[in-house]
Amino acid sequence: MALSKEQIAQRIAKEIKNNSYVNLGIGIPTLVANYIPEGVNVVLQSENGLLGMGPFPFEGSEDPDLINAGKQTITTLPGSAVFDSALSFGMIRAQKVDLTILGAMEVSENGDIANWKIPGKMVKGMGGAMDLVASAKNIIVAMQQVNKSGESKLLPECTLPLTGVKCIKKIVTELGVYEILPEGGFQLLERAPGVSVDEIRTATAGKLIADENIPEMVF
Amino acid sequence: MIDKTVKNVQEACDGIEDGMTIMLGGFGLCGIPENSIAELVKKEVKDLTCISNNAGVDNFGLGLLLQKKQIKKMISSYVGENAEFERQLLSGELEVELIPQGTLATRCMAAGYGMPAIYTPAGVGTEIGEGKEVRNFKGKDYLLEYAFDADFAIVKAWKGDKAGNLIFRSTARNFNPVMAMAGKITIAEVEELVEIGELNPDEIHTPGIYVHRIFQGEHYEKRIEQRTVRPKN
Repeated sequence: MALSKEQIAQRIAKEIKNNSYVNLGIGIPTLVANYIPEGVNVVLQSENGLLGMGPFPFEGSEDPDLINAGKQTITTLPGSAVFDSALSFGMIRAQKVDLTILGAMEVSENGDIANWKIPGKMVKGMGGAMDLVASAKNIIVAMQQVNKSGESKLLPECTLPLTGVKCIKKIVTELGVYEILPEGGFQLLERAPGVSVDEIRTATAGKLIADENIPEMVF
Repeated sequence: MIDKTVKNVQEACDGIEDGMTIMLGGFGLCGIPENSIAELVKKEVKDLTCISNNAGVDNFGLGLLLQKKQIKKMISSYVGENAEFERQLLSGELEVELIPQGTLATRCMAAGYGMPAIYTPAGVGTEIGEGKEVRNFKGKDYLLEYAFDADFAIVKAWKGDKAGNLIFRSTARNFNPVMAMAGKITIAEVEELVEIGELNPDEIHTPGIYVHRIFQGEHYEKRIEQRTVRPKN
């Protein structure tokens, strides 16, 4: 069975190390916050200018001056800090943020990512994504591997305008967990429960490297 | 101390003319200069180039200026929540330059620090980097990006004193301090304007030297774009 969005988030949460600063993008990455394992201490960075993002406020205590990068009302946690946008991207550029988790429309076998524009159709902008992928030392992409028309989004080369070049190292999709090899190619590390390597191969347009006995993800 | 107060929003926005480049603070609808935007709509200035992280929503924030077709060009990083924006863009009525958010913030910062340009890795190898100077430092490529040159910067702060010193509140700070530093003329609207001496110098975010005009705004609506809550037990 292909993973649900929540399960993709749950699987990614296992990658988060104790005592780390993490930036979560919009969409599936936001859900990762719900699955951070007990005992793992994480400080969430929101690029509009906050370290130490807490959960959504209780009904009635929303503060319009306190939002995250997705413009959602949030709370702060004890020990949090607020700063301006230049400083926020300063700490991102200086690699003080340990892990970035973001969504993608396409990823190529050499680690290029496209997630900000569909020419002629969708013009929303890149927000902080280009800064994040250009500087982060560790990036995990959360994405759907196959689109609604059945086309693979793990490609030999991206077809959409790029967000960043050769920057992605790990991907979690509804079908599997992949590492991008330095020489290029999607190395399959884990399969979604009940999904065969052959099914994954069919859903991967780029070069797939799959050893024998790929383990299934455990939830 | 030099008194930077102006009587009202009309006096604050005096001198903003057709065709000028204006920076506006805020992230989404959080920390936007609501009073000044309303005044720009009233003044009917047009052909503006607006530097702002976002473009408001259809009927609030910069969306109000878009509705009246007062904006010729937007320089932003994310414009997803505005259908009128998308319509004007796709029909060619509006010129748009989308740039990475960190680049936007740092180009403001550079202007306020008196630096003509910065190098950033954001956008290397993408269409954002096309035609720009690339320089390699320690094995990594960076784009040369220039400091902004804006006629006016308009920011919103929580508190300010008559000397123009500003304190921002929570994430409504966002682009406001860096834009405050970057305008040839900087207008600050504040929720509470206090006398000189009432603010603790250690707690000032933006020193008054960067602020030319300050006034206390009225009727802040502070609209929330995405109201997300958890139930009380």
